[in-house]
Amino acid sequence: MIVMKNVYKKYPNGVVAANGINIEIGRGEFVYVVGPSGAGKSTFIKMMYREERPTSGDIIINGTNLATLRNKRVPQLRRQIGVVFQDFKLLPKLTVYENVAFALEVIEAPPAEIRKKVNDVLALVGLTQKARMFPNELSGGEEQRVSIARSIVNVPKVVIADEPTGNLDPETSWEIMRIFEQINARGTTIVMATHNREIVNTIKHRVIAIEGGLITRDEYGGEYYEG
Amino acid sequence: MKARTLGRHVRESFKSIRRNSWMTFASVSAVTVTLLLVGVFIVIMMNLNQLAQSIENDVEIKVVADPAADETTIKELVEKVRSTDGVLEVVYSSRDAELDKMIKSFGDELSLYKQSNPLGDALYVKAKDPQQTATIAKKIDTYDYTYDVVYGEEKVEKLFGILNMSRNVGLVLIVALLFTAMFLISNTIRITIVARRTEIEIMKLVGATNNFVRIPFLLEGMWLGILGAIAPMLIISISYYKLFELLEPKLQGELFQLLNTTPFIIQLNGLILFMGIFIGVWGSFMSVRKFLKV
Repeated sequence: MIVMKNVYKKYPNGVVAANGINIEIGRGEFVYVVGPSGAGKSTFIKMMYREERPTSGDIIINGTNLATLRNKRVPQLRRQIGVVFQDFKLLPKLTVYENVAFALEVIEAPPAEIRKKVNDVLALVGLTQKARMFPNELSGGEEQRVSIARSIVNVPKVVIADEPTGNLDPETSWEIMRIFEQINARGTTIVMATHNREIVNTIKHRVIAIEGGLITRDEYGGEYYEG
Repeated sequence: MKARTLGRHVRESFKSIRRNSWMTFASVSAVTVTLLLVGVFIVIMMNLNQLAQSIENDVEIKVVADPAADETTIKELVEKVRSTDGVLEVVYSSRDAELDKMIKSFGDELSLYKQSNPLGDALYVKAKDPQQTATIAKKIDTYDYTYDVVYGEEKVEKLFGILNMSRNVGLVLIVALLFTAMFLISNTIRITIVARRTEIEIMKLVGATNNFVRIPFLLEGMWLGILGAIAPMLIISISYYKLFELLEPKLQGELFQLLNTTPFIIQLNGLILFMGIFIGVWGSFMSVRKFLKV
């Protein structure tokens, strides 16, 4: 599903964010990526949807090597990957429904398909009643649910989340995690970078710890600790 | 591209034109001024070209025969000149006709020369190719019984020199203006792009193709170009029609003629519109390329 081989990433300013990463994540897995700030978590995540390119090494997602993927093919890759951010990245002038539908409109899906898929996914995240509201009328947790809905509306094989609970209070965070669990239960691979110790220690999944651009720990059902 | 998608792109481009009304106004004005100047320049240039061409076509060689030559010799000379390579036509004018012409232009005082005409017979020679005039003149000059061969060499070359120089200066100005307008348009588009950065980011994240992201901006640039072209087209067309109406009767029979309104004005409008679209699309293309890294 996701394979990284000897991935090395050096930024133009000299910072080495990945110093020979090797990892394999299987279909349907749920993986936490943990580590202190500046350890290379974000780079690790960004390289998966080719926001960043590795300086050397291979990253293979669904059989596509991102290191050699031509720019023209990137849209095709992104359609197989859903991305969720800490700051939601919703469009303030669009309603909840429109924000989710936007993801399908820009890949030119037929209107009937858009209607059906958006309604289905809004039901999944429990926002059917708020479809016509604007983002500024929602709570943080609801906004994040919209952003999750947008990331999965195209039924991606992988969902990548960069600290999705970072801006949310504990209770709302549990709500968001329940949704991720549901998505994972449908067979979608989830890779989630997080700082939330409680979540990692309670909802047990594979934990990958990154520090100094290296994977320092990789265990199933692991705990969150800094070390 | 699907019709629905194209419709969406067009709506998006109109939306952002309305949203950035001040920048829209600024770049449309820039295009308007540019195209107006360019258009006026083209009108002047084309008419000067027309003038140059008619002067060029009007260049003829005047061959004055030796006044001492008799009639048979003159006839032979006419035949010889007529059969010279590159000669289109030869018009013969007798010495008396030449004197009449002079009296007509310089006054009756010259009538006293009618007693003993000092002039020679004249031949007016036209070259098939005006560029060959000098060569032909030199050749005729070597024939017997030619007294003088003239073709207003210096005057013609000076005029061509002036025309060429003004054409070059004008072209440099046009290019500079076009670049200014493109720069302004690309700035407008850049502001649009910055205002919609999140939207573009999300579009790219969910897998919109580069063209999908790019086309609304190119369309926006095109509208700016078209909007900017409207006023110049109207102003130049109307002014030229008026000018033509006013000057045409006065220029009857003159060497210098204004270009006819059709098809000139239609072609000119087409060109202005094309330049507007080109400036707009190219300006926004540059800015999209730089800011979207698509």
